[in-house]
Amino acid sequence: MTDWVIETHNLTKIYQMGNIEVRALDGIDIQIERGSVISIMGPSGSGKSTLMNLLGCLDRPTGGDYILDGIHVGKMKDDELADVRNRKVGFVFQSFNLLPRQTSMANVELPMRYAGIIKGRREKAAQALQAVGLADRMTHKPTELSGGQQQRVAIARALVNDPAIIMADEPTGNLDSKSGKEIMELILNLNKTKGTTIIIVTHDPVVAEQTQRIIRLIDGKVLAEDGIA
Amino acid sequence: MNFGQAIIEAIESLNANKTRSGLTILGIVIGVAAVIAMLAVGNGAQNTITGSISGLGSNLLFVFRGNFTEEVRNPEYLTQADADAISDPFQAPSVAMVAPVINSNLEVTFSGEKTTPTINGVTPSYQQVRNMTLAEGEFINEEHILGLASVAVIGTDVADTLFGHRDGLIGETIRIEGQPFRIIGVLESVGGSAFGSEDNVVNIPITTAQTRLIRRASDRVDSILVQAASADSVSQATEEISEILRYRHRTKLGADDFTVFSQQDFVKTAQTITNVLTIFLGGIAGISLLVGGIGIMNIMLVSVTERTKEIGLRKALGARRKDILIQFLTESSLLSLLGGVIGIGLGWLIAFIVGKIAAASNTQLNPVVGLDAILLATLFSTAVGLFFGIYPANRAASLQPVEALRHE
Repeated sequence: MTDWVIETHNLTKIYQMGNIEVRALDGIDIQIERGSVISIMGPSGSGKSTLMNLLGCLDRPTGGDYILDGIHVGKMKDDELADVRNRKVGFVFQSFNLLPRQTSMANVELPMRYAGIIKGRREKAAQALQAVGLADRMTHKPTELSGGQQQRVAIARALVNDPAIIMADEPTGNLDSKSGKEIMELILNLNKTKGTTIIIVTHDPVVAEQTQRIIRLIDGKVLAEDGIA
Repeated sequence: MNFGQAIIEAIESLNANKTRSGLTILGIVIGVAAVIAMLAVGNGAQNTITGSISGLGSNLLFVFRGNFTEEVRNPEYLTQADADAISDPFQAPSVAMVAPVINSNLEVTFSGEKTTPTINGVTPSYQQVRNMTLAEGEFINEEHILGLASVAVIGTDVADTLFGHRDGLIGETIRIEGQPFRIIGVLESVGGSAFGSEDNVVNIPITTAQTRLIRRASDRVDSILVQAASADSVSQATEEISEILRYRHRTKLGADDFTVFSQQDFVKTAQTITNVLTIFLGGIAGISLLVGGIGIMNIMLVSVTERTKEIGLRKALGARRKDILIQFLTESSLLSLLGGVIGIGLGWLIAFIVGKIAAASNTQLNPVVGLDAILLATLFSTAVGLFFGIYPANRAASLQPVEALRHE
């Protein structure tokens, strides 16, 4: 029996645009093994952002079931979803999305604050920043950091609550190729050392090829899965 | 998410937009300052008025002609005989002393200077009933009354206007409507009162006034001042006076054609008036506070729109509805609390300046900033911030994370 961290059954998302129903996701059945690195690819409008939002518990499916780390999240209320995001999911965004007026330290502490952790918060945040190689940038604000460094802070923030999965949405999209490569190395390394499941949504075939498995979407359906590993 | 952190974060975010936060706070500052200043001036006015009424004398009763609450046709004038009847210890045992008064505003001159004070025609008992003390000289006595003497006891305002100083005036001759009067005493200053300055008076013997200055038919008097024997017997005295006058004026049936006012009645009436005044002023000031509150709501709504993406991110990281609600409510309450604190200071300053201006223009008005006003203003301004913050904060908290994150 494989240990699935993500299981979806007939996952469907329908948007109502006036009178027209748009089936953004049309019966997705995927399983993702714990500790794997996978990528989701597809052209714009294929539903990959919708899938990421659902897998990251940012949104609720219209139909079907989604089990994340053993929890049925399909029918949860807003605040319950917030808790699940807080404990189970780490997000890395294309545009970093750091709080601009806060230091790296405060940015990394944020998920722990919402988790209600007070004791040892600073130490854990410091450890996370150390893990992404920013031990000397803890008191810097995002504007004082390069793009690559900002993305590192975002990664530290994503992993600080020890989530079951890390969702990365075009993590290298806003970076030059050198920093992009470093960020990918860092992400893959995290997977190796900590065993965190990593899901990368990307357009970039170079990024996708570094993952163990690629899920290709088109018109809200899984087109093909290429296993590499 | 603990509270201290929420406050620190709110300060940071308000600090990031100093001009905007400052202007928003200004709205509350003006509102709170207006409330504080208005309440202070209202309180001050009340203290001055009630204080001066109490300063008129002790256990004092005023008898006036006519009925203040009911319409009475042809009310009889009060007379010297009425006053004599009231002073009869057998008919009115609770009355200690009676002072009939006639008065008018007449022109008083001294070597080119002139003024128009209140001329009181009084009896010797007036001094005691009104609790007057003399700075120098003596008060009108029984001989002056009998001899229709042309003597005057003047107040300090009159002394200031006519002579420019207050002492050494005994023996000087002033002219009232052209008739010479010799000054025999100068009163101690008592300050303003509900009836104008009590220092701007000239007291002369009542008989002299009746015959030569304020011509009244027969022995008519304008009012009768009565001192009750003690504080406890004030209402008893009122009853006795009323009985006597009803009998004398033959109004046993129907409404009285006179009115007996006690000092307490005056104080109460004055308090009612000043209370209405204070509420009115405070209400107007309250409106500006309300406008300030709407300013907060406006700014917070702008802030929510501006920070939609930040809210989305916080939600993605696990912020619950409550967390976002607290964040924005903390900001709006902080704005109004800050405005409230500064407003209290400013209001205090305004009250102080009003007091100074009043003192400079010889009006006795000491604005009092009460602890209750401060508490009220602080509570009210914070409540305004909370109330007007609820709508924007709620809007922020109900944002869906997906849409908020997509917002640019």
